[in-house]
Amino acid sequence: MTRTGIVAWNTFREAVRDRVLYNLVFFALLMMATAVLVGQISIGIDSIVIVSLGLSAVSVIGLLMAVFIGVGLVYKEMDKRTLYALLAKPIRRWEFLLGKFAGLLLTLTVNTAAMAVGLFLTLFYVNRALHSADLVVLTAVYFILLKLAIIVALALLFSCFTTPFLSICFTAGIYVTGLFVKDIRSFSDITGNPALDRVAVWFSYLLPNFQNFDVMGAAAHGRAIPGAIVAQNTLYAAVYCAIVLAAAAVIFSRRNLK
Amino acid sequence: MPALAIETLGLTKDFPVGFWLAKKRRALEGLSVQVEAGEIFGLLGPNGAGKSTAIKLLMGLIFPTAGTARILGRPISDVRMHGDIGFLPEQPYFYDYLTAAELLDYFARFHDLTSADRRERIANMLKKVGLDGAGKIQLRKYSKGMLQRVGLAQAILHDPQVVILDEPMSGLDPIGRREVRDIILDLRRGGRTILFSTHILSDAEMLCDRVGVLVGGKLRGVGSPDQLVGMKVSGMEVLFELAADPPAAASLLLAKAIRTGDRYRLEVPVAELYKTLDALRAEGAQILSVTQIKGTLEDYFLDLVGADRAQPAAVEVSSR
Ligand SMILES: Nc1ncnc2c1ncn2[C@@H]1O[C@H](COP(=O)(O)OP(=O)(O)O)[C@@H](O)[C@H]1O
Ligand SMILES: [Mg+2]
Repeated sequence: MTRTGIVAWNTFREAVRDRVLYNLVFFALLMMATAVLVGQISIGIDSIVIVSLGLSAVSVIGLLMAVFIGVGLVYKEMDKRTLYALLAKPIRRWEFLLGKFAGLLLTLTVNTAAMAVGLFLTLFYVNRALHSADLVVLTAVYFILLKLAIIVALALLFSCFTTPFLSICFTAGIYVTGLFVKDIRSFSDITGNPALDRVAVWFSYLLPNFQNFDVMGAAAHGRAIPGAIVAQNTLYAAVYCAIVLAAAAVIFSRRNLK
Repeated sequence: MPALAIETLGLTKDFPVGFWLAKKRRALEGLSVQVEAGEIFGLLGPNGAGKSTAIKLLMGLIFPTAGTARILGRPISDVRMHGDIGFLPEQPYFYDYLTAAELLDYFARFHDLTSADRRERIANMLKKVGLDGAGKIQLRKYSKGMLQRVGLAQAILHDPQVVILDEPMSGLDPIGRREVRDIILDLRRGGRTILFSTHILSDAEMLCDRVGVLVGGKLRGVGSPDQLVGMKVSGMEVLFELAADPPAAASLLLAKAIRTGDRYRLEVPVAELYKTLDALRAEGAQILSVTQIKGTLEDYFLDLVGADRAQPAAVEVSSR
């Protein structure tokens, strides 16, 4: 295993031992309750309700995990000084950072995949069958995962130079503005001042565009998502993460541990 | 292998302090030491002397304000040489969700050891540091002394050439201290180089080939422990017993002695030793022992600091 892989695996192990995956119980209960409820009402929108609610839950649970675990990934190791002995091994700081990122991403992937399975089971239970149109739900889940990767990268970046509390604020702030990036870019009049508006639009390109990742509507109604969009979003997330992680590595590599 | 295992040149570290981090506090000033391959070198100094700062600089955990250092001939910024280094941090703390065996296995993976090799080394190492049977317990249940032992185990598991230990004896009971001393001596017997920090003179005295004395961030002297502390014998201690209880009007000498049980302890200046012994014999005393009273670490440091104030140049003690 590479050094990054060793760190990633340990990060995953930590999440599992800290019972992070227990959130799945909550998700399962939510899906069961929805299925029972929808079964009783049954007015032909069962799938829409289940998919919308399920994807929202996948997204929210993932976001909470990404932000709250993400800001502690490196900070906790610095704070508790578990990093001291580790950095005395033949490992570079950026390798450690990347391993932490990969480890949480692995945790999120496992968690999200399990929730996706739960979502499909619920769909199957309610509809007594799965349709090819349901496949778009998989794409939606994949996009959520891409979004989470960006969030983790940002949380990691902030935690390299500030406290967990501020990191949470910054990451959450960027997430929320990232949901309105398109609006910022298309509004000609944001602040009323043309020069400031231009700065705002320019600035919006630094923010992650999360609107492109939101395909909940399409997924709920079973509309297919073109492969080009999938490719574009994948590339976008990969490049965005790479840039943010590179910045984090630069900062972290120069940092004096306390 | 180069003759110098560790070499620092003018290593200096300023820490930003104050609310705006605008002020600087110098924790280490121009540290230049050379640790030869195969020796045990002690960094001796009171709390806050800059020992940990020096060690963290060597390990690349913090970066120098000025100066450079090399370990095994390589600059400290080159983490590849970490394969040949073992490090025990001060008051070590490890992932508390892992067991000792898991932690050692995790760290050993970075040294490209096969899984069979790792398993064997870990079993042996746990035995060596006295954690036999505790390997499967999560570290969150470990005491401070046990963590210290795990820390030592991870530092030497991969059989490094150079071992750097920050206060390796702290938090250990007397048996533990003894075991750590034995491990350190064992390492030197195997041709390894050991640099360790301590604020306890006796540890340095018992173990070190050479000691560097650090006070207030500055190196005040380098030399063998005997050279450093032997310079200052502050008196002689005489232990004796009396055949009979002393007469009511005891001599001046006996009045100065401190009695515990049947024994008397008397401290006298070196120059008066023989005169005192003659006097005691005249009193019918049975001499049990005569030993040098060496300055305590505290006396020694106070002396160093005092001398330094009077004369700014560092105290030079001959080096090997
Ligand atoms: N991160 C830091 N920020 C500010 N001051 C520090 C920091 N680390 C150490 N110091 C200061 O540097 C000095 C030396 O500390 P240290 O090297 O830990 O001493 P020692 O290990 O010899 O007890 C102390 O005065 C300490 O307060
Ligand atoms: Mg210290």
